[in-house]
Amino acid sequence: MTPLRVSIVGVAASLLLILVVLELVRGRRLKERYALLWLATGAVLLVLSAWRGGLNTVAGWLGVTGYPPAVLFAVATLFVLLVLLHYSTVISKLTDENVELAQRVALLEERVGRSQLSDRQRAPG
Amino acid sequence: MSPPFLVAIVPAWNEAGAIGGVVDEVRSVSAEIEVVVVDDASRDETASIAEAHGATVLRLPFNVGIGGAVQTGFRYALEQGYERAVRLDGDGQHDASQIPKILAPIEVGDADLVIGSRFVDPDGTYRPPLARRMGIRIFARLVSMLGRQRVTDTTSGFIALDRAGIELFAVEYPHDYPEVEATLVALRSGLRLAQVQVEMRERTAGTSSITFLRSLYYIVKVTLALFVASLRRYPKLEGAER
Repeated sequence: MTPLRVSIVGVAASLLLILVVLELVRGRRLKERYALLWLATGAVLLVLSAWRGGLNTVAGWLGVTGYPPAVLFAVATLFVLLVLLHYSTVISKLTDENVELAQRVALLEERVGRSQLSDRQRAPG
Repeated sequence: MSPPFLVAIVPAWNEAGAIGGVVDEVRSVSAEIEVVVVDDASRDETASIAEAHGATVLRLPFNVGIGGAVQTGFRYALEQGYERAVRLDGDGQHDASQIPKILAPIEVGDADLVIGSRFVDPDGTYRPPLARRMGIRIFARLVSMLGRQRVTDTTSGFIALDRAGIELFAVEYPHDYPEVEATLVALRSGLRLAQVQVEMRERTAGTSSITFLRSLYYIVKVTLALFVASLRRYPKLEGAER
């Protein structure tokens, strides 16, 4: 069985995670879209920490017989990996969009410069 | 030349089949309306068709989603000094001949934001599938509760705004699945909301962007956004007419 202290720390830590994420969204430093996976992480860890029997059962399914809280670490790691992978795809998209924006700005600047030049030529002085 | 007054903002993504008709219909309501089509990086001829039909076209360099596209139109309206804006979909489901109807509460000074609602009149003809009807109703309840005013249709994309509304939505508009949250933000910012019964048509071309997995994301995202928005503090707007 999971030591009670581990469960308490687990519950506290996952609650803290959820609260920090919500506060970041409220302060507009995190968009809802990118908060959802973090909130899911917090919710799953909260359930597994608080529901001690459930953690034991899951540990049994996975063949973790010695120390059930190891499942907590495994699940936390899995979610962190998911979040990282998700962010990698987001960064890739942002990179492409950023290049596209830079190209558009270059083309626009060239066009603006040329039309200013032709304006000046049409109305000298 | 009189100052610009009314702009119609039409977000469109791959609506080549419908956009020409939508632009014509809005222009037939009044020649004074500037039609602004925000092309959200369509892969088809949406932008050039809209332009050929006389619309101003704002071309986004890549797909930013419906909220970001609509907000581009609000920013344009703000910059150009428009006093009124209506927003309608590029797929033809909103009947442009009802534009004067949804502008009416603004013209008499009763509202800053008017939602063309399908559910004001209980005898309305719109009967969506059960799941969607429940979703619409639940979000309407939630927004009514959090915004302390009864709202019947928070998912409608057929709305009208005065200058105060344009100023708010130009800076404050959610980027994906925006309508529900935007309604709450408007209420919390002190905009006066009115609702007018409108009928909507079936889509004339293209497909709805709502699929099952996306509906799940939609529900979770919007619920979170509503919850968080009700915790935020919004500066109360000083409308020009108050």
